[in-house]
Amino acid sequence: MIRVEIPGHLKTLAHVDGELQLEVAAPVTQRTVLDALEAKYPMLRGTIRDHVTQQRRPYLRFFACQEDLSFEPADKPLPDDVVSGKEPFLVIGAVAGG
Amino acid sequence: MSGVRVLVGTKKGAFILTSDGKREKWDVQGPLFAGWEIYHMKGSPADPKRIYASQTSAWFGQMIQRSNDGGKTWETPGGEKMPQPGEFPSGANNKFVYDTSAETGKPMTTHQWYDGTPHPWEFKRVWHVEPSLTDPDKVYAGVEDAAMFVSTDGALSWHELAGLRGHGTGMKWQPGAGGLGLHTILLDPKNPNRIYIAISSAGCFRTDDGGKTWKPINRGLKSQYIPDPNAEVGHCVHRIALHKSKPDTLFMQKHWDVMRTDDAGENWREVSGNLPTDFGFVIDVHAHEPETIYVVPIKSDGEHYPPEGKLRVYRSRTGGNEWEALTKGLPQANCYVDILRDSMAVDQLDKCGVYFGTTGGQVYCSPDGGDNWQAIVHDLPAVLSVEVQTLP
Repeated sequence: MIRVEIPGHLKTLAHVDGELQLEVAAPVTQRTVLDALEAKYPMLRGTIRDHVTQQRRPYLRFFACQEDLSFEPADKPLPDDVVSGKEPFLVIGAVAGG
Repeated sequence: MSGVRVLVGTKKGAFILTSDGKREKWDVQGPLFAGWEIYHMKGSPADPKRIYASQTSAWFGQMIQRSNDGGKTWETPGGEKMPQPGEFPSGANNKFVYDTSAETGKPMTTHQWYDGTPHPWEFKRVWHVEPSLTDPDKVYAGVEDAAMFVSTDGALSWHELAGLRGHGTGMKWQPGAGGLGLHTILLDPKNPNRIYIAISSAGCFRTDDGGKTWKPINRGLKSQYIPDPNAEVGHCVHRIALHKSKPDTLFMQKHWDVMRTDDAGENWREVSGNLPTDFGFVIDVHAHEPETIYVVPIKSDGEHYPPEGKLRVYRSRTGGNEWEALTKGLPQANCYVDILRDSMAVDQLDKCGVYFGTTGGQVYCSPDGGDNWQAIVHDLPAVLSVEVQTLP
């Protein structure tokens, strides 16, 4: 199982609590994880990636295993610890404090 | 006794305020969609239980929410959980894609940026939703960057009415300070093929064939902030309004100037009259008196609050030019809120109720056409829009 953490507002939108768990067939990449996420929770389509370009929305970042994966290719395999379920794949919103 | 349902969009969620016909005691529901900007909510005239809401976020983009029970529960059309893995709904409520097909016009690729240079068209958000007068599943959306979309399946899928951007002046449109937003959609109750829209800061446009073709209707507007003050487009129209019995008469609050037309926008004339300032955002028409109109004057384009710190609604019973200040129940000292363009509405009860919301989080109601006011709520997030449903 792939573990995925999404921002609070998206959890509300998807009617879920806590960390999500997804079954993702190999290869486990940003694209296949997000495909699986949107298939299970269609209301999230367009909220993380643009509908048409499939590009990450500007105010979101992708982290895992203490690394910033935001600018990694969408089809690059994710770290082994994400694939094994040891670490979550994190979708993080840009901080807007003040 | 009949009642009212006031739909309030704010910077941090939506609220629904309900009352009976007396409009004295209110029930407050919300926040709905907590934390999200709700630019606008509006109910279907054909089915008051059907309500559409524009839910938006700089982080997560645009959603359209839909209620089928008067706002008690909500759904994202096309975004429901699918019973079978791998099944996808046929649409997506938040998919607003500009039309680039050769068949449906000559789609613009750029509009003007603030500095006059070409800038690519980019979808940002839905400013306004306007349900059809007759079909609960048909709804229009005015978006930023300015374009008009329509859904005929209850907001499950959207397509652009590309003739608006493609009619010829789109490349000259320029954003106002708040963006290049299509913020007003008025459906002609007597002519189903006629629609008026307004864009900041391009001006007003009209279609007479249900949205296929459009033309600017800005003759008579004068704007000193553009190179040619009488230009065909480029005017920062803040809001327009009409009365259902006289749909050829429109009233306009422009950046500066309050205007009216009696020939469906072919010619406009100024009716600012004795207003203390003719800058403002909102304008609306009494439900039963087509020549009674309301504005809330704002000091200036640089100081978005009431002049002298006194919150005053101005009413004209003569269709403009002669205005009276309405102050009973409104703060008359140290008030520095703004009233944004979609934040005024009227109900249809015998004594027409008038409503407006402020950036300070108040929603005011006058149950008697503006003579007396009360704050329904004092401390909501900044109010972006107010609409009213009159319930049987």
